[in-house]
Amino acid sequence: MSGRETVLGKVRRALAVSGSESDREAAVEQRLASPAAGVIPKRGQLEGAARVDLFCKMAEAVQAGVTRVASSDDVPEAIAKFLRQNNLPAEIRLGADDRLAGLPWEKTPNLTRKSGPSDGRDLTGVSHALGGVAETGTLVLHSGSDNPTTLNFLPDTHIVVVNAGDIAGDYETVWQRIRATFGKGVMPRTVNWVTGPSRSADIEQTLLLGAHGPRALQIIVIGGTA
Amino acid sequence: MRITAPAFKENAQNALTDLHLQRALEHVEAGFIHKRAKVVAALPEFDALRDAARDIKNHTLEHLDLYLEAYEKAATKAGGQVHWAETGGDARAIILDICRKAGAKTITKGKSMVSEEININDFLAENGIEPVETDLGEYIIQLRGEPPSHIIAPAVHLTKDQVEADFRRVHTHLDAARDLSESTSLLAEARGVLRDKFLAADVGMTGANFLVAETGTSVIVTNEGNGDLTQVLPRVHIVIASIEKVVPTLEDVSTLLRVLARSATGQDMTVYNTFSTGPRRPGDPDGPEEYHVVILDNGRTAMLGNEFHDMLRCIRCGACMNHCPVYHAIGGHAYGTPYVGPMGAVLAPALFGLDEAANLPNASTFCGRCESVCPMRIPLPKLMRHWREKEFERGLAPATQRWGLGVWAYFAQHPRLYRLSTRLAIGALGWLGKKKGRFRALPLAGGWTRHRDLPAPSSRTFIDQIRDREQ
Repeated sequence: MSGRETVLGKVRRALAVSGSESDREAAVEQRLASPAAGVIPKRGQLEGAARVDLFCKMAEAVQAGVTRVASSDDVPEAIAKFLRQNNLPAEIRLGADDRLAGLPWEKTPNLTRKSGPSDGRDLTGVSHALGGVAETGTLVLHSGSDNPTTLNFLPDTHIVVVNAGDIAGDYETVWQRIRATFGKGVMPRTVNWVTGPSRSADIEQTLLLGAHGPRALQIIVIGGTA
Repeated sequence: MRITAPAFKENAQNALTDLHLQRALEHVEAGFIHKRAKVVAALPEFDALRDAARDIKNHTLEHLDLYLEAYEKAATKAGGQVHWAETGGDARAIILDICRKAGAKTITKGKSMVSEEININDFLAENGIEPVETDLGEYIIQLRGEPPSHIIAPAVHLTKDQVEADFRRVHTHLDAARDLSESTSLLAEARGVLRDKFLAADVGMTGANFLVAETGTSVIVTNEGNGDLTQVLPRVHIVIASIEKVVPTLEDVSTLLRVLARSATGQDMTVYNTFSTGPRRPGDPDGPEEYHVVILDNGRTAMLGNEFHDMLRCIRCGACMNHCPVYHAIGGHAYGTPYVGPMGAVLAPALFGLDEAANLPNASTFCGRCESVCPMRIPLPKLMRHWREKEFERGLAPATQRWGLGVWAYFAQHPRLYRLSTRLAIGALGWLGKKKGRFRALPLAGGWTRHRDLPAPSSRTFIDQIRDREQ
């Protein structure tokens, strides 16, 4: 008997079921076919500018930096300015995301752009988020050639661009968007929720930033001001 | 790890006199409890979320066979390879086979308690494959050849000075005169050393906090980002997960993550929650080419559908040990199993046998703090009591304890005799201790009076006093 049959057989014996009871099958099918949201904290359930403000506040509370710009045209200069202010080289690595490619990079001629996944030698990576979650200041990113997953973890500094309109109140809203984009029951290879820069408290419970992932996370929010 | 739970009393005695350990344990109380209380107070829906989380797991366990099948179907459809292991030995064999086929020399590891449970590190090393723990705490204890002392903070038993000494001992390729007096320098050094390991590894292995039946997704939760570098860089990603990790939908996972982060580290949300589904897709510039999931039973089905069923709701947050007075006093190593504290006291007898672990459910004052903070509302004291009952039924308890309980049971079943004898005993003790109000030594009570005085009782029993008042 295979490991599969043995394990499932033990589960069924313990539950005293055969696995083909129609009411049990129906309950499982129904739950998987129409996923229902559970308890949603009120905290994130705000509209418009208030929701974006909460996102920024929660992100800053977990040591992320936030830059707010009025339009996507301002993003290259915001990136260049952030790098200058932090004494970082004017060099970034980014994926093939159309929204990033379409930015007016001619405004920042001194900023070098490399494209593709990181090999671990880049100091700064730039990604475009699928969205954000105001409840906890969380960014949601997904894998693919547009925004390689290695950019989220290898560079010392991670700059993430997010549209204010893509910031939801809760995680459940973002899952609905992912289902609408990729199809029901289908996920990209990786979805990353990122809430602040990497950290560890493994030595004497002292919180230190920059464990294995980025030491700094800078979020650029486009629009969303009242 | 070698199970040393049978030597619990000796282990605990040693722990109480270990000054380094006692200093390190101060951080448990100061750190975890305060941080959790703060974020819980800031979320009015926290208790409603706990109820919802409990209900999700209860529903899933009732339909566990069907959700496991649904998970397998979705994971396979996404290109993942699902393996089933009845025992730790089966899981080890499956993992070794995958590593051999991948020609692996080194394998990086994200933090996984299941991998500790099945002793995968020793097994891989014996077979010529170098396992490298990448979570900072796990890395430190791997250098020391120790098991974890806490399920989410494996090196919580160590002080900074001890970590510095270990880094100097092992990282001999670095400048001996370097300054490691600050924790930040220790972290930076581990980051540098492990970065090379991440990039060189052939296989990356992680656990899973959850498996999602709806999408065939495995979920890991980390603050460091080590689990992500472990799974995104090597050519092969192996996930090892036990059967009770499956949940129905992405919405269900979201509810569980809300209570997990707050209960574990006192964060509103953990830094990295990563949802992985299958291998690299066509056009993906990074990610593993192979994605394997090993689903492990290893004793869980023996808890399903009986008095220990509730324990299978556990999401491994560690809140029970963070709030346990016994854990505060002795730390995790004294328990002598990978799972420690109240959750370990319930889980270890099921996984490693009551003969091995009978001491652990007895290592509790039944104060109930663990149950009061458990995000999944697991009645931990009740489950420990079930193990004590089983221990008694099987005659595993020491003879003096069994004899003492027998005597007590006889009196308890004869109320008149019970009242008469307690009245005599209390009267005598009250009279003898009247002057000092306490006893420094007492025959038959040496276990108590060796460490502390016994307060002298009032000279009248509770029942007598109530009767007086009622008249």
